Amino acid sequence: MKILDASKLSDLADTLAGAGYRVVVPVQDGDRVRYAEWSPGATIRTDAFPVNSAKDFLFPRSEVIDRYQLDGDDFTPLEVRPPAPRTVLLAVRPCDAASLAMLDTIFNWDYEDDLYNARRAATTVVPLVCTRADAQCFCTSVGGAPDSSAGADALLHPADGGSRLILEPLTDKGKALVEAAGGALADGKAAPDAPADVPARFDPDKVRAWLADNFEADLWDLLSYACLGCGACAYACPTCHCFDMQDEATRTESVRLRNWDSCGFALFTKHAGGHNPRPDQAARWRNRVMHKFSYIPERFDLVGCTGCGRCARLCPAGMAMLEACTRIEEEARKAPAHES
Amino acid sequence: MSPDTESAAAPTREHRNIYQPIPMTVADRRDETADVRTLRLEFPGDAERTRFFEAYRVGQFGLYGMPGQGECVFCVASPPTRTDAIECTFRQAGRVTAALRDREVGQRITFRGPYGNHFPIEQWKGKNLLFVAGGIALPPLRAVIWNILDRRDEFGKVAILYGARTVADLVYKHELAEWDARDNVDLVQTVDPGGETDDWRGKIGFVPAVLEEVAPKPADTIALVCGPPIMIKFTLPVLAKLGFPAADTYTTLENRMKCGVGKCGRCNVGHLYVCKDGPVFTVEQLKAMPHADM
Repeated sequence: MKILDASKLSDLADTLAGAGYRVVVPVQDGDRVRYAEWSPGATIRTDAFPVNSAKDFLFPRSEVIDRYQLDGDDFTPLEVRPPAPRTVLLAVRPCDAASLAMLDTIFNWDYEDDLYNARRAATTVVPLVCTRADAQCFCTSVGGAPDSSAGADALLHPADGGSRLILEPLTDKGKALVEAAGGALADGKAAPDAPADVPARFDPDKVRAWLADNFEADLWDLLSYACLGCGACAYACPTCHCFDMQDEATRTESVRLRNWDSCGFALFTKHAGGHNPRPDQAARWRNRVMHKFSYIPERFDLVGCTGCGRCARLCPAGMAMLEACTRIEEEARKAPAHES
Repeated sequence: MSPDTESAAAPTREHRNIYQPIPMTVADRRDETADVRTLRLEFPGDAERTRFFEAYRVGQFGLYGMPGQGECVFCVASPPTRTDAIECTFRQAGRVTAALRDREVGQRITFRGPYGNHFPIEQWKGKNLLFVAGGIALPPLRAVIWNILDRRDEFGKVAILYGARTVADLVYKHELAEWDARDNVDLVQTVDPGGETDDWRGKIGFVPAVLEEVAPKPADTIALVCGPPIMIKFTLPVLAKLGFPAADTYTTLENRMKCGVGKCGRCNVGHLYVCKDGPVFTVEQLKAMPHADM
């Protein structure tokens, strides 16, 4: 059994960085905790929920996907080779690791997005089992668990009352990481701590059944009333993958950027002719819920939400996916979906 | 996914960056109306041209772009039977379409495609075809019309009803004259009341009303409808009343797109991606979609 002192996680990060990994860990950043690239002196925080998700390091907020030299009225394509550094997502949440199944699927279900795939192939995923959860956590309602190994190459278990960590390799990438960790890990024994108690709060199948019959329900107005359309939920969400493509140019060079986007933004679906198929915030919020709990399950046999609760923790208007889903399930109980 | 339409060609792994377009040269440009232009585009080489035409089926679309400005989605307006170049027809609406419109003959733009599904015309051999189009929505059907006319013997009767707000808004005027002159095409043209000129010899009236008046027979006939939402809305009930089955009535959907390849997440109608499951849908499929989302 490979173990280390919980207080020595930064030594492990240091060792892995020294071995050539880009080490992504939850660190203190002002008054928040966020996933960031490890640098010596940073404070690793595994006791608070990071505001961002691990997707930032596989599907960056903004990235150059095409580049041209501009010559008056003509242009010359320039090579685009986005960096795909060997990366470890260390002590991320199991719900972050679980979200990779969604991203892997969307970037490969038909056309294969090698910009994403190159980074994904270079990434080793090492979640830390959650021994505490907060009121917004609902991984167990969407097929996850606080000690889930879904998407993990190795798993960190808190042990001996939080004083130690057990590192359990699960894949070849995980074994390579243990190898690279060398002396930062010791052989020994430790008793794993119990994972957090995260009660199931709703049944996604019941939510999905209600959604199939209730595109026009009055409830959408009520559920979306507070939405400001700020998009914070989508940016924090580990499975939200919608993006925009925008060109930026000087006189001599242009780049095409892929930037995160959100179905909560008013311009997201607006046509050039002025028509907007999702004309109000209720239609946009409905798409957000439908996409995660109806369209993705229908299409890919996945639930498009890992229950991380980030959207609720960040929402300036106090909206919560958990609340929407429990409310929908309540509604479904009141008026069971008609048999067709 | 789309039982009534043929699925798109399988993606290839030839381009490692699926968002990287190829350059195309403007070989010709024509003004269709005051703000609608057609570009004829030549491929950079035979390899690119061959790769395109091996994949291309009528009804598919592409992304046309200018580096520094962006990309726009239009259908491929020329048929797969004409393999020396492709054409696109678009209305100038914003920054990208203005840049594309300003390209001179000999200058280059970028192109990605073909994307999306297509009209299952191989299943239509021997059948009659009715085309109903309005305004700027003729280009996708124009590609089908020429595809059918280039293989005229394989299909039954061809009837076309095309309308626009005014005579000036009719696109492909020289081709309308060519279809009109053919004895194996039945063309009816109409303009909205007030849109006629002194020498207008076509009909005067909205497309749905003219369709009802002309009353084409549904027997053994596939109907294809493309037009502004308001035209579609009032045309579909007329077709139903005339006896055209929803499963044999086809249309195309447009939604805002960025990637064109099922990733950027904005063109969906329900769980269907217009860019992958469409743009071609039967009216039967349309009826199963969440209406308010269209």
